[in-house]
This record gives sequence, structure tokens and C-alpha cells, in this order.
Amino acid sequence: MTRMTLAKALNAGLRAAMEKDDKVLLMGEDVGRLGGVFRITDGLQKDFGEDRVLDSPLAESGIIGTAVGMAMRGYRPVCEIQFDGFVYPAYDQIVSQVAKMHFRTRGMVTMPLVIRIPYGGGIGAVEHHSESPEAQFAHTPGLKVVTCSNPVDGYFMIQQAIASDDPVIFLEPKRQYHADKVEVNEGAEMSDIAPLFTSTVARPGSDLTLLAYGPMVKTCLKVAEAAALEGRSIEVIDLRSLSPLDLGPAEESIRRTGRAVVAHEAHRNLGMGAEIAARLAESCFYSLEAPVLRVGSYDTPYPPSRIEEDYLPDLDRILDAVDRTFEF
Amino acid sequence: MGLNDPVHPEPDLVQLLTPEGERVDHPDYAFAVPDGTDEAEVIRGFYRDMLLTRRIDTESTALQRHGELGLWAQLLGQEAAQIGSGRAFAPQDFVFPTYREHGVAWCRGLDPLQVLTLWRGSEHGGWDPAEYNFANYTVVIGAQTLHATGYAMGVQRDGLVGTGDPERDTAVGVYFGDGASSQGDVSEAMVFAASYNAPVVFLCQNNQWAISAGSERQSRIPLYQRASGFGFPGVRVDGNDVLAVNAVTRAALQRARDGEGPMLIEAFTYRMGAHTTTDDPTRYRTSDDVEHWKLKDPIARVRVYLSRNGLAAPEWFADVDEEADELGHRLREGCKALPDPDPVGMFDHVYAEQTPELARQRADFVAYRDSFAEVVA
Ligand SMILES: Cc1ncc(C[n+]2csc(CCOP(=O)(O)OP(=O)(O)O)c2C)c(N)n1
Repeated sequence: MTRMTLAKALNAGLRAAMEKDDKVLLMGEDVGRLGGVFRITDGLQKDFGEDRVLDSPLAESGIIGTAVGMAMRGYRPVCEIQFDGFVYPAYDQIVSQVAKMHFRTRGMVTMPLVIRIPYGGGIGAVEHHSESPEAQFAHTPGLKVVTCSNPVDGYFMIQQAIASDDPVIFLEPKRQYHADKVEVNEGAEMSDIAPLFTSTVARPGSDLTLLAYGPMVKTCLKVAEAAALEGRSIEVIDLRSLSPLDLGPAEESIRRTGRAVVAHEAHRNLGMGAEIAARLAESCFYSLEAPVLRVGSYDTPYPPSRIEEDYLPDLDRILDAVDRTFEF
Repeated sequence: MGLNDPVHPEPDLVQLLTPEGERVDHPDYAFAVPDGTDEAEVIRGFYRDMLLTRRIDTESTALQRHGELGLWAQLLGQEAAQIGSGRAFAPQDFVFPTYREHGVAWCRGLDPLQVLTLWRGSEHGGWDPAEYNFANYTVVIGAQTLHATGYAMGVQRDGLVGTGDPERDTAVGVYFGDGASSQGDVSEAMVFAASYNAPVVFLCQNNQWAISAGSERQSRIPLYQRASGFGFPGVRVDGNDVLAVNAVTRAALQRARDGEGPMLIEAFTYRMGAHTTTDDPTRYRTSDDVEHWKLKDPIARVRVYLSRNGLAAPEWFADVDEEADELGHRLREGCKALPDPDPVGMFDHVYAEQTPELARQRADFVAYRDSFAEVVA
């Protein structure tokens, strides 16, 4: 057992994956000598060498495109995109090439690569450093999209993603990198760990089901605490896997609670919440006492950081949606 | 020379003022000032611009340390590359910067406080490009090189090249770093510029680092040599020599205005500071290298030249220092006084024609916000 932040947990998880399989390579801008701008790859080049931890030229399309070739050659590249807003130069490679390779070769080529992206806002950053592009990738067949919300998941999910034979977009909530230290049992049996593409219950409750992922899980846990003071018991589901989307635990929960709210940082329009609400309406129609409400950011570009608190969903806005579901 | 030795041998630079402050000649480029202006006066102007730009930089770095700015991209050491080129543009020319061109912004007449809004997080920059002929800062690496090329194609279509009228003929300048040269966008910009013979000058400030990656990670040949592969001329200039940068940029811009097409200038310089205020350069570079480049300081060499040749008196230097202090004071106070934007404004410029959905979200936001005001009242 070691107490770690999410940043440290991801670093330890990457290290473990590299020790286990020498085909695992890290590539990206500044991941080597600097250890990444968030230090997630700190020390790995020193220990595994420049052949396994590649400081790349400043070219995102190049990073992903060459990773495609390396994957075809039997390697397992783990690419770091420095910030969410800089993934778009690589978007063509990810959507047109990575996502389709297995399908267009009728399964003869696999793409076991992981694309790590620090994402989301709340850190007072300048433009292009606070985006939530999850829906863009989850909308693309052929990609799997996951996101961790805490150090334990960070440590295991990164290893599971690397072990997956499918391409995984691995979203890291950057505002949680250094937020909390928790105990991680590195020696845990894999059979005791939740499988990668599943969601988990982050806090049990009986009156309402609150669904969240990544940076919003912590906020939603606070919402549940605040609601408890008013006598409401909220169950929080950590979705973890956005594609494939595992709504099993949420459906089971809603059959008990009858109410659901989805919260995410991304824009509401055509966001994950829209898909989730639609599916829950289909699968839980007879259990629902109220429509599934969505809380997201407004449908504007990410604003200047001095007003990001007005833009991002916060405790009050989520509680407000919770209250509204009880008005039906 | 340090890290770049194997790839970049002692660079083949255009230099007109040595680090010791001596004027030297170059066969292809001479420093010339516009008719009717006094050379010493112009060089004193460069000195003043560089010194004030350095103050903008040090003051902004301090403001970031004090929590007044979220981030700051320092330009320490790049003053000559920016002022030399920035002062080469004609009023009608148009400039596309990255996020580090605070000195060029200064040359285009932008109030540095306006630049600070981006780093403070109160605006995304927000100036009107047409007012200054200076586009907004671009954070996504390399994207602006395509914008500049397209803008230059527009200038060309408008018949504003090769007319022989110095008030009309127009060139476009675009800045980018050595790291940016690896981006596909930059290659595509060069392909378009060459293909359409666009009046655009590519200004690469090779400060030798893209965060922790040295320029040898981006290019095995000196960057200016890339131009020949695209089919236009490239030249490498001592980026710490304001006279040389000015002379070369003037020549390239004139060529573009005359309708002779694009050119690449590589200003060979050094990033003395960190990449930004969140970066820690001690993790990837040696202090020897920094010390070596300190001796090539772009401001010191002009000062030596001016003093040694009796072109500026000690009192004149003291006046500029005082002006820098005043500027520093104005930035400090002005930055803290920059208003936070009204959040309702975030709904206002998403589209030129507001959509019903966004108008609804705006109204909901206002109502939601007002509900808190009622609780307080
Ligand atoms: C497309 C993209 N990828 C990554 C980044 C993050 N980033 C910001 S500046 C920088 C290095 C830029 O180096 P260079 O082009 O040499 O310019 P310099 O900052 O040295 O002036 C990087 C990687 C970005 N802004 N845009």
C-alpha cells in the first residue's frame, strides 16, 4: 500500500506496465527528460532509456501516425498529448486511421495503443488548455474512451488500457492530478480490480442516482454530502468508461431511486449526458419518477479563466438539478 | 556551443553588430534607414524598444509570481529578434504572431495591458486585428502560418503587390518557433505560399528550445535551409543583432511587396528564461549554455555601440531607464485593476447571429445568477 496522488499513481502504473511488457513504449512532447509538463512520466526515461520513452518532435499528427506504424510492428505505444486542446492536429490520424484500422483490415491488424490526454478545466489556464473532447471520441466507432477520477483507478486503469488490444483514449482529469492522496494497493489481485470498461458505485444512496466521470466525480461526491445534510441520500456512479458505456450499475440504481441526474464538464449539446439520458429513458422508463436531467457547461467555447467558475458545473448547479427532479 | 553542436555547426549568420558592439559588413545585407531619418536616432529607438520590451517581460513575470497572471510566456533574450523584425513592417503590412511576440505587439502599437488580458484570463486577447494590423495571439502551435499565407493570398488578389507604390504594396509576416517547424501546418503553409507565390515572410525565431526539446529534435539541418526544399529563399540571421534582423526582414518584406514571393528568415537566438512561468528549465539544460548566451545579450551590444561611438549620452540612457520604471509601474497597477469580465458576456460572441438555444441559456444563466442575489438581499 502506498499513498499517492493521481499523478503519482499514473506514473507508477506506467512504470508497472513497462516492466511487465517490453513492447510498451511512451511517446510524446517533453515526456522524456522533462517527465512531461505534468510530470506524469517523471523518471521513466532515466530508467527505461530513450528507446522506450521517446521525446517526440512537436507534431501531434506525427506522434499518433507513427504510433500506428509501431503498433503494426508489434509495439504498444502509449502516446501523451500535452493538453486536450492540442489533440486536434492529430484528430485525423485518430479518427480516420487509428479508429478504423482493425475494421478495414477485417481484424487482421490490431491497434493496441493508448492516447493519454490531460483534460478538463478548473485550473485557471489560458485558451486551449481546458477542453473536454470526450464526446468527439466516444462518437467514433473503433475507439474506446475511458477516464479515471481517483488514484486507485488511475493506477489500475492505465495498466488495463495498455493491456487492451483496442485503441484507448485515456482521459486524465488534470485538476485532480495533485488533488488528493489515497492508499493504492499495488499488489492487489487483478481479479479484485474492476474491469476496465465498467462503471462503479462511488457512493451508495437511495433517493437519486447521480452519474459522473473524471473531474466531476469529486464534485458529485460533495453534492451527495451536501444533500445528505438535507436528508437526501444520493448514489454516485463513476462512469469510468464512456465508450463502451456501461450503464448497468446506474440502471440497477435507478430502479431503486427512481431519479437520475448526469453531470459533466463538457458542453451539454450532444454531450455524453444526451446519450446517457436517452438510454436511461429507454431502459428505466417505468422506474423513473422524473426525466433524467443533464448538467453540463454552457454551449459556448471555454471562456477566459477568470469566469470559468461561472461556466463549469459546480455544486450549486448540480444541486439545483437534483432539486428539480424532486419537483416532478 | 553546447547541445546543438553536431547538427548545427557554428551558424552561418548574417551579422551586422557583433556581441562586442562593433559594426561589421555583410555582402548581401546592409543596415539602412528610411530616407529622411537619422541612423543614430533609429538605433536609439531600437534600444529603447528593446529595453521597454524587456521591462514588459520582467514585470509580467513578477506579476505571474504574485498571482496576478495565470501564466506568462517570457521573451528574455529575444528582444532583438522581435524589435528588429517588428520595426521593419510598413503600416499597411499585416502580422501574425504566436503567443510570445510581446515585442512585436509593442511595435504594432498595442498596449501591453491588452496583451496581459490573455495571460490574466480576463479575455482571450481580444484586440481588433484590423486596428493594429496584428492578428490575435495563437496558442495552437503553427496554425497561424496558414492564416498568414491565406491572408497574403488575399492581399495578392486585391492587387496590392508589385504596384511600385510604397504606400500600397503590402507584405505579411508570420512568426513561429523552431519547434513549430515540425508541425504539418507549417509545411502546408510553405507549400501554399510557394505554390501561389504569396507575399508572406516566415519569421522563425529559433530560440533553440521547444519546451524541453532542443532544436536538433526538430531538424537535422539548419532550419533556414528548409526553404529551398519548398522553392523559396531562406536566410539565417543573428537573432541577437537588432540591426541584422532589421536589415534582413526589411529586404524580405520588400521582396514580398514587389511580388517576388515568400521567404524564410531564421533568427538564430536563445531563450534565456523558462519556456513559460510554469516551466523548470534546469531539468533539461545546463547553466553553461545560459551563461554563454548571456554574453550575446541583444540589448547590451547596442548600448556598447551607442556609448562607444558617442551616439547616446549617459543621461539619455538614464531617461530610458526611467521610462522603463514608469512603464513597469503602469503595468503593475494596470494589471491589478483589469476588470474581470461579466460572465454573461460568454454567451454573446459565440455566433455573429445569436441562436435561440444560446439566447435561452443566457436567460437561464441570468435568472440563475439573480436567484443568488435575491437570497443575499
Ligand atoms: C499543437 C500544439 N501542441 C503543443 C502545444 C504545447 N506547447 C506550447 S509551446 C510549445 C513549444 C513551442 O516551441 P517553439 O515552437 O520552438 O516556440 P517557443 O515557445 O520556443 O517560442 C509546446 C509544445 C501547443 N501549444 N500546441
